Amino acid sequence: MTATVSVDGRSARARRPARSTSGSARKLTATSGLGLGVAMIWFSLLVLIPLAAVVVKASGGGWSTFEHVLTNASTFRALRFTLVMAVIATVLNAVMGTVIAWVLVRDRFPGKGLLDLVIDIPFALPTIVAGLVMLSLYGPGSPLGVNVYGTKPGVFLAIAFVTLPFVVRTVQPVLEALETDAEEAAASLGASRFTTLRRIVLPSLTPAIFAGASLSFARAISEYGSVVLLSGNRAGTAVASTRTYSYIEGGNTAAAAAIAVVLLVVALLAIIVLDVLQRRMARHG
Amino acid sequence: MASHVSSPGSTAAGGGTTATTWLLRVLVVGYLVMLVVWPTAYLLRHTFAHGFESLQAVLQDPDVTHALTLTGQVAVAAVVINLVFGMVVSLLLVRYDFPGKRVLSWLIDLPLSASPVVVGLALLLVYSPIYGWFGPTLRNNGIEVIFAKPGIIMATCFVALPLIIREIVPVLEELGDDQEQAARSLGANAWQTFWRVTLPGIRWAVAYGVVLSLARSLGEFGAVKVVSGNVKGQTETATKVVERTYQSQDLDASYAVAFMLVFAAVVCLVVVALLRTRDEKEKA
Repeated sequence: MTATVSVDGRSARARRPARSTSGSARKLTATSGLGLGVAMIWFSLLVLIPLAAVVVKASGGGWSTFEHVLTNASTFRALRFTLVMAVIATVLNAVMGTVIAWVLVRDRFPGKGLLDLVIDIPFALPTIVAGLVMLSLYGPGSPLGVNVYGTKPGVFLAIAFVTLPFVVRTVQPVLEALETDAEEAAASLGASRFTTLRRIVLPSLTPAIFAGASLSFARAISEYGSVVLLSGNRAGTAVASTRTYSYIEGGNTAAAAAIAVVLLVVALLAIIVLDVLQRRMARHG
Repeated sequence: MASHVSSPGSTAAGGGTTATTWLLRVLVVGYLVMLVVWPTAYLLRHTFAHGFESLQAVLQDPDVTHALTLTGQVAVAAVVINLVFGMVVSLLLVRYDFPGKRVLSWLIDLPLSASPVVVGLALLLVYSPIYGWFGPTLRNNGIEVIFAKPGIIMATCFVALPLIIREIVPVLEELGDDQEQAARSLGANAWQTFWRVTLPGIRWAVAYGVVLSLARSLGEFGAVKVVSGNVKGQTETATKVVERTYQSQDLDASYAVAFMLVFAAVVCLVVVALLRTRDEKEKA
């Protein structure tokens, strides 16, 4: 048994789409209609109107706002750094997450249950604490003789920490449900361990790996709390969200909104790219 | 290379050489220790470097106790709001048909993919008393949202919004509505059906969602930082205290407050784990 805990809420387990269960869904009554109305007003006031305001603000100045933001050297550098780091972290997670899930499901050794619990720590900790946790071992006065405070590797470390659980938690349940018959059959027919892994196991895991990878990419490009302490307010280590915050602080909400929209476009592109990659891998095995 | 050494009990089906097994085992344990276990342990070590002194010291700082109280109040308020909203929306999504249902189901997950800073920005653009869409009107009517408690609560609600719904919806779908229909045909009204039939069926999912939301709400940082104004002793939350004290080199205080947040998170984790086992036992 593995408890899939995700306190963070960017849960690795995808929610099934809400669908009406075989004709049992009813038409709205007066009470439920009222409930829907009130819920929608709150949802609009809290989420929809504010998010619309960001898009309106960003597009209010036409292209010039985006041009201004993207041609600003430090903003451009921050966006590039965020992207490169997110890609590296996503690839690292795809590989390490799958390996961790594999060991958690297929291997057996004392203390494995504890290891399973460790995976949830990054989700459970508040983001600002996650940054402090990284600094306590790798920061100033580190017993290891390193100091990542205010450096790019430091920021990357924080991102790797907070995105660790995504791939593990999407791959783990799939691997658990995977029957070993096919693997045994392949092995008995003389397939090498590598061939079995590549032809039998990986194809069934691919969708889960990509689902986890896209979650961790989305988190990596939007992360703020854990990065704040590590970046140490140095220009070279600014990420997209810290730049957004600087713009807000400076009163330039249009520029902040423009970065938000750029990030949104990047996130959508990433979903498309990952989807194409997954299809290709599914076809070629 | 595939030497079929499957010593009993070593690895599960799939075989594999002992060398590979050990290599993967060491790799995984090493990675997790370096990335998670050791750093977290060091946080605790820093906190208790002088025993309980630093904890006692921060608890005597009125700014810190105010921040802790504020964080507690905000988290409880946000969880209650999200609980009511989550129950209503989950029931509507699963049990009723209405136009735009699919779109709503998709929109509900939006807060999970937004950057915390963007969440704060979004609320500012609508509720800022100076340039917000509704802010000036609200302020003229004596309602302060931004740089005040309502704004902090809204930011917290925003980021934790889908958590309860994500827990309840799958359980409601699995339950089906046979029992509810039976209750209604036996003359129960909507309220009775909800309290006596629906709620008992989903209570563990609700409890689980509440604990997850609570943990998330206690730890929110970015969105709250943007809208709260961060006035020491007034609108500063616990997570912001961690940042402020770290940046002003008051490391003891920073570690102490961080430890309290970690402690709260761990309690939430343990409660969730207990709820899970209980839930599974009941199903069995």
